[in-house]
Amino acid sequence: MSEVELWIALILGIMMLSSAVLALVVKNHLAAVAAASVVSLGLALLFALMRAPDVAMTEAAVGAGLSSLILALALRRLGLWQIDSGSENSNLLSASSKGKDDA
Amino acid sequence: MIPGVTLELILYVTALGLVIIGLAGVVLSSHLFRMVLALVIAEAGANLMLVLSGYRWDAVAPILMQRAEQPAMVDPVPQAMVLTAIVIGVGIQALAVSILIRIRQRYGNLKRREVAEKMDAEIAASAGIRRDISQDAPLGERPLSPLPAHTAESRGGDA
Repeated sequence: MSEVELWIALILGIMMLSSAVLALVVKNHLAAVAAASVVSLGLALLFALMRAPDVAMTEAAVGAGLSSLILALALRRLGLWQIDSGSENSNLLSASSKGKDDA
Repeated sequence: MIPGVTLELILYVTALGLVIIGLAGVVLSSHLFRMVLALVIAEAGANLMLVLSGYRWDAVAPILMQRAEQPAMVDPVPQAMVLTAIVIGVGIQALAVSILIRIRQRYGNLKRREVAEKMDAEIAASAGIRRDISQDAPLGERPLSPLPAHTAESRGGDA
């Protein structure tokens, strides 16, 4: 059982660290918010592993859910909402958000 | 698994790595939104380290049971503190994001260097001093405007 916990913690830790680096270097801001949310979700699983189920519940609901919701909505207000990395094919969302900026 | 590698070691390395990555992102990022994200990551690492301080590998979750012998529990006090810290962290994040929205409304941009430049210009304008004197940019970063005649004279006189 302890061996299993060790492997789970190792995989989660590597996932969280690489996702944290990704959140700071990736160009698309929405992808960065998603990577930060992955860090929060891995943290919730680690809390459950460390026998803190109440903290894990709160982290999953507030840290991974509400926080990324706030950041994503703020991206719309900041005009950085962009689904595609390539700016050649301007999709509907970026076009509409661009129109909202001008207004 | 390699002997000597325990669960605590892995978790400490993860927590320290998250804090270091977050602080490096706060210092090095050139976009203000990335700064908020880095702050979130550093806060996650700090929370993990706090919960880890009360962790015991042979203990159960801190729930009291009506039994004759209560098994050993992990420390519930850091867990309660972290429960508060998570909620406060989301509040701080919402505050930072609202400040970002105000900055974009005022300066139209979120690049750190441009916002700093415009803030410098505004401060200099409101204080009534010339900005070329008050700024301390390293050479080659921002080309300075040519010095007026009286400044060049006084410099020549000093040297």
